[in-house]
Amino acid sequence: MNKFKIIICALLISLLGCSSYLVAADKNILDVGNQLPLFSLSAPPDLKQCTYLGLQANQTFSLEQIKGEIVIIEIFSMYCPHCQKDAPAINELYTLIQNDPSLARRIKLIGIGAGNSTFEVDIFKNKYQVEFPLFADDDLSIHEKLGSVRTPYFIGICTQGQKKNRIFFSQLAGFAGARNFLDEILKQADCR
Amino acid sequence: MPKRKTIILMLLTFFLFAGVTPLAAQSVNFKNSIYNPGILKARDSRLKVKVGDLAPQFSLPAVGGKKISLKDFRGEKVVVLSFVPAAWTPVCSDQWPGYNIVEELFKEHDAILLGITVDNIPTLFSWTQQMGDLWFPVLSDFWPHGAAADSFGLLRGDGIAERALVIIDKAGVIRYLGVGDINVRPPLETLIKELQKLDHR
Repeated sequence: MNKFKIIICALLISLLGCSSYLVAADKNILDVGNQLPLFSLSAPPDLKQCTYLGLQANQTFSLEQIKGEIVIIEIFSMYCPHCQKDAPAINELYTLIQNDPSLARRIKLIGIGAGNSTFEVDIFKNKYQVEFPLFADDDLSIHEKLGSVRTPYFIGICTQGQKKNRIFFSQLAGFAGARNFLDEILKQADCR
Repeated sequence: MPKRKTIILMLLTFFLFAGVTPLAAQSVNFKNSIYNPGILKARDSRLKVKVGDLAPQFSLPAVGGKKISLKDFRGEKVVVLSFVPAAWTPVCSDQWPGYNIVEELFKEHDAILLGITVDNIPTLFSWTQQMGDLWFPVLSDFWPHGAAADSFGLLRGDGIAERALVIIDKAGVIRYLGVGDINVRPPLETLIKELQKLDHR
């Protein structure tokens, strides 16, 4: 290898290193108005949860395939004390939405367990009796795409039409009760 | 040797930038109080014990004032030791809060968990306060510095401990030694599977 090629190689590898740093450091990925970075998930094996999302069991899907107008995503971790503390209130939010047929059609709620294996996500689900779908992100690949945010982090996106994948709500922690949170989501949702 | 220098430069640059990417999601609980040491050498110690050995004895102060000895559990409980490198660091801060919601899983296997670091009691007190009420004791292996960790061969060259899980049966015999990459939190299922194995002995 001649000197020129070695220098080009060095630059390329250095840039690769730098880019992963910049992605991690970018705090603006989840700003309101941005498009949510694309990622895919595997539909839950549970039939009830698949029906909730309008998916086939075990299919790979992206968020825009979820049946509804709005998806609220909670980035959580089984290991995060704040997520543990908030879990009952988030369950209450799910119940509030599900108890109102028009909201239940419009709004879907999911959780993504940052750095959690399926086993760990199931621990959280069983411990707090979470009924909405939770997904494992064991290699942190989704978490990194979303800017390696702290947990819990709440994102609201539109899933249809021209505003598909647009972030309209973005908040680190600060879950101030199910009713307040839902009101805020409905106030900020601008998906039509 | 310009070629070797260039390769070293490439690797250094890569790790300098790629290395600060967090390897675990961080909870908002610790806000900006966590010190990020970057990526550390995966392992920096040599085990002094092996599976099947009698576990080295130790007696250490716990947050809350008690002194806890390994022999207290002989014949009574399976003991899981969770050595973590240091308080106020990223991966460690999100490890014990996870164990804090699985007390039932430990109970199912008649096991107790002891969390151990080389930090002193005031530091451990402040740090674990951020985790909520922990159901398991947190022990300080501060003085003589890291002596308990060292007796297992888990003390690193810079004075912090490895990230390690040790399972000791009721007879005081080591049944599992899990020393992983210090930068990575061990998946909970590994520990639970090892506890399940003990049930069938």
